Amino acid sequence: MLNTQLVEAGKRQRGRLLINGVIPFLVLVGFSLSPFVYANQAILFQMMAFMALAQGVNLLYGFTGYLPFGYVGFFGIGAYGMAISIQLLHFPGLLAVVMGGLLSAIIAIIFLPLLRLSGAYFAISSLAAAEVLSNVVSNSAMIHITNGPYGEQLTQSYHPVTSYVAMVIVLVLTTVTVIFIRNMPFGRALMAIREDPVSAAMAGIAVVRSRSIVWLLSALIAGLTGAIFGWHLSVFYPNTVFDLNISILAIVFTLFGGYGTVTGPVLGSIVLYGLYNAIGISDPQYFQLIYGLLIVALVLFLPGGIISLIQRRGNYVP
Amino acid sequence: MSREPILIFENIVKKFGAFRALDGVSGTLAPGEILGLVGPNGSGKTTLINVIAGLYYPDSGGVRSQEQDITHWPMHKRARMGINRTFQIPKPFKSLSVEENIALAYHYGRKPAMSPQQALDFVGLAPVKNQLALQLNSSQQKLLDLARALAAGPRILLIDELAAGLSHQELQVVADHLQALAQQDIALIVVEHHLGFVNQLTERVMVMNAGKEIFQGSLSRAAQDPTVSAVYLGTGS
Repeated sequence: MLNTQLVEAGKRQRGRLLINGVIPFLVLVGFSLSPFVYANQAILFQMMAFMALAQGVNLLYGFTGYLPFGYVGFFGIGAYGMAISIQLLHFPGLLAVVMGGLLSAIIAIIFLPLLRLSGAYFAISSLAAAEVLSNVVSNSAMIHITNGPYGEQLTQSYHPVTSYVAMVIVLVLTTVTVIFIRNMPFGRALMAIREDPVSAAMAGIAVVRSRSIVWLLSALIAGLTGAIFGWHLSVFYPNTVFDLNISILAIVFTLFGGYGTVTGPVLGSIVLYGLYNAIGISDPQYFQLIYGLLIVALVLFLPGGIISLIQRRGNYVP
Repeated sequence: MSREPILIFENIVKKFGAFRALDGVSGTLAPGEILGLVGPNGSGKTTLINVIAGLYYPDSGGVRSQEQDITHWPMHKRARMGINRTFQIPKPFKSLSVEENIALAYHYGRKPAMSPQQALDFVGLAPVKNQLALQLNSSQQKLLDLARALAAGPRILLIDELAAGLSHQELQVVADHLQALAQQDIALIVVEHHLGFVNQLTERVMVMNAGKEIFQGSLSRAAQDPTVSAVYLGTGS
């Protein structure tokens, strides 16, 4: 009796992992093939970048409850870490991207004390941290390293196809990471920490270390994404990669789709970024208003995002 | 009481601003022993539990267990060496199922420990194991706290007002259970307002008032002690 139950549970677990695996597979196939049928690669590339960022936000917010309004800081540092590696160290593009991700993780270590704050205090101070990073990078005293406010020109390393492929890979790896964390005991432990850090510690979970790991992972994701983004553009300014709207979009996409799931950020990015490009071109001025209202409405009426409408009926959503 | 103590706390002082919640409290606990911690509201019972469990670090004094100075150890490290607790206001992981709550403690806690199924059976929550913790009533949530602590393999178990809100029959069951745990060599500190419940559990009590220990010994003698009568049972008696 118990044995059959265990076997059933094992089957269900494997079944769920299989369903989970469908998501990164669809992402991989979708973004690999769509350039052949849809000419506007810039939109596809940016959709991927936002999807990866949304998964990074998902990892941090969905599993630990920290809402990082300053998430763009890691993105911008990634872009600049990449650019500096190319300009000063003459690294090849791919290696420079890795350097961007690493620099972002290092910055995340420096900002680890932010995790001592909670709720709105964390959200606001992370925003301030991003602002600090942006100001340091764009400072004219940094002109020999970052070219200050005049931005980076990396035309010598411009590789639109390689950078597109790199973005596909980082996006798929990010999605797989979220799946792993969600289905491992570590993911449960993170949810326990989000619910009640004191109880979690008494259950033997290393609260500070677990949170820090997620913080570093999400910084790494944003850093790699920012690095590839900068590489793909090959010409950018501090304002381009430290634009607060990048944080806001990633957060809205995650909240809209449904945090704490794998599908949510994917769905949110496709629907809302698609919408952004459909309406945004004709009436861009309405977008800040629409997204502002959307955040308020989602938090008030649908905190679990559109995925929660399906989950509410007892269905499992990867 | 000839056995080597598993927990020693000495001269614990804990201040909140100018308020001395604990003002030099000391004591020891041996494996399999039950210590009743009684005293009026605000006398520092829960604060002492919090210092032993690691939620607070004391301003001075020390906590030792299993030959280690654990005064400044983080909570999860203490949990892994076998110090665990329940909470006065239960603190389950609300959006996880009852079973998942316990399974987490089993996964991350000390071994050997009761398996999640054993812990569920022990506290009688097996029938509701698939429910979410938030669907439980408050006495079930207290039992869930207990089951979670047990699945983390405790050697020292701190029980903070488990009896509050339980019915008479439930009390009897809980008292039997705690005694069964003591039989398995788990040391228990039981914070309790309900003196009848303490009486059922143990002879040895520590009475606290205003952050100080005012009596240590048997409950029956405590009732005759003039200081205890004055602060705890009221000056009228």
